[in-house]
Amino acid sequence: MSAASAARPLASPGRRRLHRRHASALVPKYLGLLLLAVIVLMPVYILVVTSFKGVAETDVSHAWSIPHAWTLDGWRAAWDALSPNLKNSVELVIPATLISTVLGSLNGFVLSKWRFPGSDLVFTFFLFGMFIPYQAIMIPLTQLFGDVHFPEGIPRLVFAHVVYGIPITALIFRNYYATIPNDLMEAARMDRAGMFRSYWSVVLPISMPAFVVAAIWQFTSIWNDFLFAVFIVTDPTKWPVTVALNNTAGSMVTTYNVQMAAALLASLPTLVVYILLGRYFMRGLMAGALKG
Amino acid sequence: MRRVRRWGPGLLLVSPSIVLIAIFVYGLIGWNVKVSLSNWRQAQPSYHYQGLQAYRDLNSDPVWWSFDVKHLVLFTVVFIVGTLIVGWSLAFLLDKGVRGEGFFRAVYLFPMAVSFIASGIVWRWLMNPAPGDRETGLNAIFDKLGLHVLANQWYLGQNWGMAAMAMPAIWALSGYVMALFLAGFRGVPEELREAARMDGASELRVYRHVVFPHLRPVTLAALIILGHISIKVFDLIVAIGGKQVITQVPAVYMWINIYDARDYAKGAAIATLLLVVISVLVVPYLVFTVRSERRV
Repeated sequence: MSAASAARPLASPGRRRLHRRHASALVPKYLGLLLLAVIVLMPVYILVVTSFKGVAETDVSHAWSIPHAWTLDGWRAAWDALSPNLKNSVELVIPATLISTVLGSLNGFVLSKWRFPGSDLVFTFFLFGMFIPYQAIMIPLTQLFGDVHFPEGIPRLVFAHVVYGIPITALIFRNYYATIPNDLMEAARMDRAGMFRSYWSVVLPISMPAFVVAAIWQFTSIWNDFLFAVFIVTDPTKWPVTVALNNTAGSMVTTYNVQMAAALLASLPTLVVYILLGRYFMRGLMAGALKG
Repeated sequence: MRRVRRWGPGLLLVSPSIVLIAIFVYGLIGWNVKVSLSNWRQAQPSYHYQGLQAYRDLNSDPVWWSFDVKHLVLFTVVFIVGTLIVGWSLAFLLDKGVRGEGFFRAVYLFPMAVSFIASGIVWRWLMNPAPGDRETGLNAIFDKLGLHVLANQWYLGQNWGMAAMAMPAIWALSGYVMALFLAGFRGVPEELREAARMDGASELRVYRHVVFPHLRPVTLAALIILGHISIKVFDLIVAIGGKQVITQVPAVYMWINIYDARDYAKGAAIATLLLVVISVLVVPYLVFTVRSERRV
């Protein structure tokens, strides 16, 4: 992929020669970078300080200030409102991520290292599925689930995310496996290793980075998904956290401190993954340069 | 026969996925088109062919052209231009290496990890148009700083509301575009820059004649990605504007048609139109990239 391969050399600046210039030229540069960092982080500041305020302090005169009296009231209320849905999201995201990464690894392996006539065509056929607006399949999908009496709630979402995750996971693994030297595969073939032996003993042991990248990508997009959930899951007790969050925050009676605490609470898992594994997150984005 | 034994297992291993994609992507798209051509305009499914009636209804629907499409166009233009400018600038500032680059990159990129539903909550607070003692966010800080003239209606503004609505989207995607451009900048071989410098080109000219032309493929990729995100924008609008017509876009109207109006044919027609517009944008790009990859 042009974008994906162009994207690979995100070399650290240490490798390249730093062009020393006058400090006067560097000051505006750092100022600009800092200013933009502050702007990007501003919503986080608001989320954090508001979530720890009491209701009395969420009025206009205290809007931007840090809490006088820090309290967990907002967090407690948010937890009470969202904890069943957080549980639903966990029950959704774990199986869906596991299944789609394993499937992606197998597909990516075949499409790059065990090709068959027309495998490039199949790959293109998959890729299109990544770009479609899911609205274009949503009515028939809900209809089909009903027609075949597919188990309601979370199982439907797991299935949908696995199926519509096939293209992106195949892409991530295919790009990764393309970097494995073909000699290695030939050597396995010389030893008369079949497809599964080659996968199991040659490819799989070095697949860890791709598994991490694909798993992070799927985890983040499934956890954050709203569209599938709002169309597919009709029972509010089965809603994943995004739908419940939108419902809670949309209600007029929910105070700002609770709304902000709820938004943070619902974002914590993906933020933790991002902070711990940011490097891999970046690589997934790059592989997904063919995706939004 | 021996050749089939060689590649056969591979095809077999991928075939479940091929079947799933065939059914759930292509098959359901076909089904959706069929719904859009049917008379399924109530809760009960019904598939009597009624031609392009749903599309004609959409065309004469006052909400469609003067709200949905108009909003989407304004949103898309502001979002794409804004994100490209901010993302490009960030990459440009980081290109030659700065102290703490890893930190800056992590900060600019983090909004990608947060859902629009969650970030929409804080953006709704920031862009709250309510006056007086219900004031919050940007209007509140403008007042505090004595800049009351800047206080405005944000996303509820009569003409430019959707431009404000693009702000959270720019916030969310700029880091991504930065990463794309940064990779583009660094994909330019250092020897090329060096050669131009040897020829006496100033740093500015090195950028103009050596680096920028190299960024065309990345810019195209960024345009396609942002474009298709924008056309199907849904979560962000729901999180900030809800179902109000003043912030409505096609994807939201599709949802309303199904959940509130129970007009499935019209909902399916909107979905089909979204698909067509995105396909026109994406298919040539897909064919082009897969082909140029094969040439390598």
